[in-house]
Amino acid sequence: MLNRFFLTLRDAGIPVTLTEYLALLAALDARVAVEDVDGFYYLARAALVKDEKHYDRYDRAFAAHFKGVEQAFAGLAKEIPADWLRKTLERVLTEDEKATVEALGGWDKLMETLAERLREQRGRHEGGSKWIGTGGISPFGHGGFNPEGIRIGGQGGGRRAVKVWEKREFRNLDDTIELGTRNIKIALRKLRRFARDGAAEEFDLEGTIDSTARNAGLLDLRFVPERHNAVKVLLFLDVGGSMESHVRVCEELFSAARSEFKHLEYYYFHNFLYESVWCDGRRRHAVRTPTLEILRTYPPDYRVIFVGDASMSPYEIMQPGGSIEHWNDEAGAVWMQRLTTRYPKHVWLNPEPENRWDYTASIGITRKLLDERMYPLTLEGLDRAIRALRA
Amino acid sequence: MTAKFEGTDRYVATDDLMVAVNAAVTLARPLLVKGEPGTGKTQLAEEIAAALDKPLYRWHIKSTTKAQHGLYEYDAVSRLRDSQLGEAKVHDIANYIVKGRMWEAFDSQSQAVLLIDEIDKADIEFPNDLLLELDRMEFFIHETRQLIKARHRPIVVITSNNEKELPDAFLRRCFFHFIRFPDADTMTRIVAVHFPDLKRELLSEALNAFYRVRDVPGLKKKPSTSELLDWLKLLLAEDVPPEALRADDPRKSLPPLYGALLKNEQDVHLFEQVMFLQRRQQRS
Repeated sequence: MLNRFFLTLRDAGIPVTLTEYLALLAALDARVAVEDVDGFYYLARAALVKDEKHYDRYDRAFAAHFKGVEQAFAGLAKEIPADWLRKTLERVLTEDEKATVEALGGWDKLMETLAERLREQRGRHEGGSKWIGTGGISPFGHGGFNPEGIRIGGQGGGRRAVKVWEKREFRNLDDTIELGTRNIKIALRKLRRFARDGAAEEFDLEGTIDSTARNAGLLDLRFVPERHNAVKVLLFLDVGGSMESHVRVCEELFSAARSEFKHLEYYYFHNFLYESVWCDGRRRHAVRTPTLEILRTYPPDYRVIFVGDASMSPYEIMQPGGSIEHWNDEAGAVWMQRLTTRYPKHVWLNPEPENRWDYTASIGITRKLLDERMYPLTLEGLDRAIRALRA
Repeated sequence: MTAKFEGTDRYVATDDLMVAVNAAVTLARPLLVKGEPGTGKTQLAEEIAAALDKPLYRWHIKSTTKAQHGLYEYDAVSRLRDSQLGEAKVHDIANYIVKGRMWEAFDSQSQAVLLIDEIDKADIEFPNDLLLELDRMEFFIHETRQLIKARHRPIVVITSNNEKELPDAFLRRCFFHFIRFPDADTMTRIVAVHFPDLKRELLSEALNAFYRVRDVPGLKKKPSTSELLDWLKLLLAEDVPPEALRADDPRKSLPPLYGALLKNEQDVHLFEQVMFLQRRQQRS
């Protein structure tokens, strides 16, 4: 029964492993939390889910798997034949009757009694107020009403039970949704590569001790080059037009990127890259930088990140003169090819949601031009992009 | 069966936290705790130690900390100095092996609680370097060819502020708990634990004001539990009446002593603007 739960979690995209599953079984075996289903929910979460961004997926998988709570108590549930519980009778209770149904007091007591009843009871049962079955007012079974009832299979009639995992309180921790400056920083930090090069100027205490000791106590000073961030980044940001609605996300990315890298050059473009870009968003018509100059200035070890929604008319990419702002002698696709050949490490980040990409032709064209290296501007997408840049 | 952790008279533990702690204690596996700053991650270790009556060893991690520092260090500098002074003890290398926090916890006569605080501050390889030590609770001293084994597997509590991702191999060996920001009910319980004789109306007004501040979208640093507790302490010391905390006071938009809650002048400014807009909407 739990094996299936384990597989359900894996299917839901939570990276659970066998070690963790065995730890959960060991914890269950040691009776850490067995008395109620909430306890099991918390225990399984602590043992199997190692990142709060997966909590929401866990909640959904848990709800899907333990629809009704019967399987949580595998040993008990096995004794109930499924067809026996099928809902055949809907008994309508008046408010008065509902009030007179007595709650059995506490979950523990309910489970105890359930176990007892299961032992006593043989065969299918409908209606009545004691045996497990459908449509009755006993606290067990389904389709009936009891303020503290336990639902065994099928749909609940009373809908009183509030489950923690149904509240989905961790929804906004899922990394495919939230994107804040700090989060972007963490993602970008993965791109950092510290390297030592240049003149040896930092005193190396450990090395000095080591070589002095090896030198039989004669002092031998050691120096190492200073450590600094060796990753260089060229950032191209789309501004204006259809990007207006994504300005906030891009600003966050930009402010995070700026503090993460020592060598970060940024340029702006509108919709697509042509023969020139500009480096100041406000004075775009006055000061332009020819793209050729960029190709000459920055060596190919720069990583290039384009940020844009790539949503435009396909002509703007494929046709000379297709730009909506000026006359371009060469098509945007040509310029893109020049950039991607010069800088083999490049990605395109798209703030449009990934599932909408297929509806815009220009996104498809851009993806082809970039060899499918387009990623959504979410944390998870940023992660994938960084991985592509590092490879 | 070991004793169960159920919070202490100074620390309110939610159900899910208790389950996670007890699972980690029972199976003697490390417990990784994450959460917003100021939600009591570090304090958890202290309270577990207090509740279960065990000695606590704290190991605070900095960006320069190496895994080796927690195990032992070979003090080569003193040995070098001693050798030049001609001391006799220089011949035994064991005199220069300095115990780290983890070794001390391994060495404890009864089961100990070991706190590895802010593990994400260290280098990205740090957790990987501790895998075997946390798994088997033993390590080897190369200098003296000695195997150190824990007398009793310590209860290891590891906190992280999420500044770096932790490696999967490390996560697999831990139980994990994310301390969520407490809801209003839990917060009332937490405050009651810290200020038992706080007047009821002051508390409810203060909590209202607190959640009003927290709910302003776009704050750079949202105030946390520890900041609320500090603020309450100040309110008590200044003897602020409950009425002064109400939002409908037309004269001022900021709660008294707001400096304890908002720690950034942009946030203060933002909060003032939001309150101003709300009031104008109410009036019209």
